[in-house]
Amino acid sequence: MVAIETSGGEGLRGGLLTTADGKPLKQALAHAQARARRKALLLVVPLLAFIVITFVVPIGQLLFRSIHNDGFSANMPQISAWFDETKAGDAPDEAAYAALVADIAAAAEARTIGVVGTRVNYELSGTRSLFTSAGRNAEDLEPPYREALLDLNAKWGDPQLWGVMRSVSSAYSANFYLAALDLARDENGDIVRAPEDRRIYGMLFMRTLWLSALITGLCLILAYPVAHLLAVLPLAKSNLLMILVLLPFWTSLLVRTTSWMVMLQEQGVINNTMVALGLVGNESRIQMMYNQAGTIIAMTHILLPFMILPLYSVMRPINPSYVRAARSLGATSWTAFRRVYLPQTLPGIGAGALLVFILSVGYYITPALVGGASGQLISNLIAYHMQDSLNWSLAAALAALLLAGVLILYWLYDRLIGIDNLKLG
Amino acid sequence: MNVSTADAAFVEFDRVQKSYDGETLVVKDLNLTIAKGEFLTMLGPSGSGKTTCLMMLAGFETATHGEIKLAGRPINQVPPHKRGIGMVFQNYALFPHMSVGENLAFPLEVRGMGKSDREAKVARALDMVQMGAFANRRPAQLSGGQQQRIALARALVFDPELVLMDEPLGALDKQLREHMQFEIKALHDRLGITVVYVTHDQGEALTMSDRIAVFNDGRIQQLAPPAELYERPNNSFVAQFIGENNKLPGIIEEFDDKKALVRLATGELIDATPVNIRAKGQQTLVSIRPERVEFKPEMMPPGIHRIGADVLEVVYMGDIFRTRMRVAGSEDFVMKCRNTIGQRKLTPGERIEIAWHAEDARALDPM
Repeated sequence: MVAIETSGGEGLRGGLLTTADGKPLKQALAHAQARARRKALLLVVPLLAFIVITFVVPIGQLLFRSIHNDGFSANMPQISAWFDETKAGDAPDEAAYAALVADIAAAAEARTIGVVGTRVNYELSGTRSLFTSAGRNAEDLEPPYREALLDLNAKWGDPQLWGVMRSVSSAYSANFYLAALDLARDENGDIVRAPEDRRIYGMLFMRTLWLSALITGLCLILAYPVAHLLAVLPLAKSNLLMILVLLPFWTSLLVRTTSWMVMLQEQGVINNTMVALGLVGNESRIQMMYNQAGTIIAMTHILLPFMILPLYSVMRPINPSYVRAARSLGATSWTAFRRVYLPQTLPGIGAGALLVFILSVGYYITPALVGGASGQLISNLIAYHMQDSLNWSLAAALAALLLAGVLILYWLYDRLIGIDNLKLG
Repeated sequence: MNVSTADAAFVEFDRVQKSYDGETLVVKDLNLTIAKGEFLTMLGPSGSGKTTCLMMLAGFETATHGEIKLAGRPINQVPPHKRGIGMVFQNYALFPHMSVGENLAFPLEVRGMGKSDREAKVARALDMVQMGAFANRRPAQLSGGQQQRIALARALVFDPELVLMDEPLGALDKQLREHMQFEIKALHDRLGITVVYVTHDQGEALTMSDRIAVFNDGRIQQLAPPAELYERPNNSFVAQFIGENNKLPGIIEEFDDKKALVRLATGELIDATPVNIRAKGQQTLVSIRPERVEFKPEMMPPGIHRIGADVLEVVYMGDIFRTRMRVAGSEDFVMKCRNTIGQRKLTPGERIEIAWHAEDARALDPM
């Protein structure tokens, strides 16, 4: 450690501040703090390792899958080489068919022909069986291979199939992103819009954003008065009420969602009550579940605490004398709220809205349970591709787009409101 | 200032009571009239009800009973924003998201004043508190004293006739506080506004006020100009609360209108002025200001009773000597003597005799 005298001890050498014994001040400072820094780093190493192993690496791998899939290229080396040598639009010659048959035979032998078929099937549906059946018969095929394959199935001559095989012959491809954006490549490799009946992702992205915005707005409207009440009540009472706000946090998400199913379904509590009160007829029970309404109601309830908590933490320290001052200066209670109270709660509104919006953009379980067909969000489709269609690359591309969207929103928020105005608690 | 006549009443509290919980009264039967142009201070310890009174006048609390009038008009039902009362808060309450200029323009804006008028008035108000160059700053960029000035300017910018101040100088350091006291007082004199000022600092109250209302336990204990309050306290609480004070408990031996003879617990007799004495043999607490105690025989009035004192401690305080003595069994009897040339120096352990003018010792109710 270097002692730095404050009075007359510091000197100037070549324009640099130095310590009493002539060392440059910056160097002395870095040296003095190095030990403390190393110790501090040691303390966070377990956390860092945990985050890297369980979070950064898997997510990185998954995102890598969105641009990399070697299901075809790794198992079909000869035809992939032929694609490398020729250019898009070249008609396949006999050599190409020979390479294809050799690869299919080898893949069938190695039992990887299914993987190859699946990879091609992602781009052109109905082609998986083409490869597997060709694989079963590959032993029996004889030259000329073109005729032999076309005898097996006329689809082998389809230029679209060859276009797709050319595009998957490279392990790296942007095709999954194109698919996630409702785009596709035609046989010449040009980007075109997907057929109209296949354009579902863009619509789902829009729906996800719109429903998230709506849920965020509803949460704000509901949470603001609650948070204000919590903030102005004496601490003993507000703590009691705070437990009621936090109670949902301590209940399983699944339980909360299913209890909404009990409430909302056609024979559920709300409908039964309304029928009993004569508000609606027994035949015209209201559909509140398995549609967007179900998703909106249940998610608003579940995400409400995320709005209340930041609002509360911003409102609590606001001194009541601000509003009083405004009132004494001649403002009506509405003006005092609009001009003095509301602006001071903006950091809480921003934080709460950002939290709820980001959470709802990626919400999965609630829409899956109560959303029906019209209440599904983009995350439900990601889950579908992860679990059912097993097209992980497409799932990763969709997830990456979602992440990019959220980051753009975050950036916009920073530009418009400023991230340092955010107060999360 | 002579102000107690009813027709001069600008602000009037008429038998006002206030309870928060329905079980205890925070303000008990308050009757108070404040004249136009007066500087009235509500002084008292925390919890004495002074701030509650101010809040009722501002309209942030409602009186449980009784009536509050402003310029002859009952204002119990008038919402705060229609009372037209300027108010300075303890924490200044400057709106943090507005600049200084916007803060000052706020009361004018909500009154629908045009932009050019607004700007002129804001500039004039800022000049009034010597803060003209700060219109574009944010309150957080100002020091405590500067924020205080802005709060003052904001409370005055819409020309209210009555300004309430709730411990406005509480957060400032001593030197700044004294300077601001002077400035507030000067503004009051110049603008001719009526000021109701709440504080627990008796020095502040004595310096600034025309009259002081000393609050304790929800009641006004004494309402008087500063000098009268200090020199002629009505009861033990006021005597204790304002300034330093010696108290000697005893029993009334004899008394008439002008003079009372009090026998202390240790048997000595002393002279005092009866204040709230009703009968012979009554318990009393005699209060004497430390600077009114004499120990030089030539300064004592003739024929006065003297009392023995043991000097315990002499503290040099620059302008005065503060001497702590044992008098009638009590060890915290204090005498203050001016530090003049030729002043006789006392030493601890010395035994002296002390006395005082009977007018300076006030026989009050026992606490």
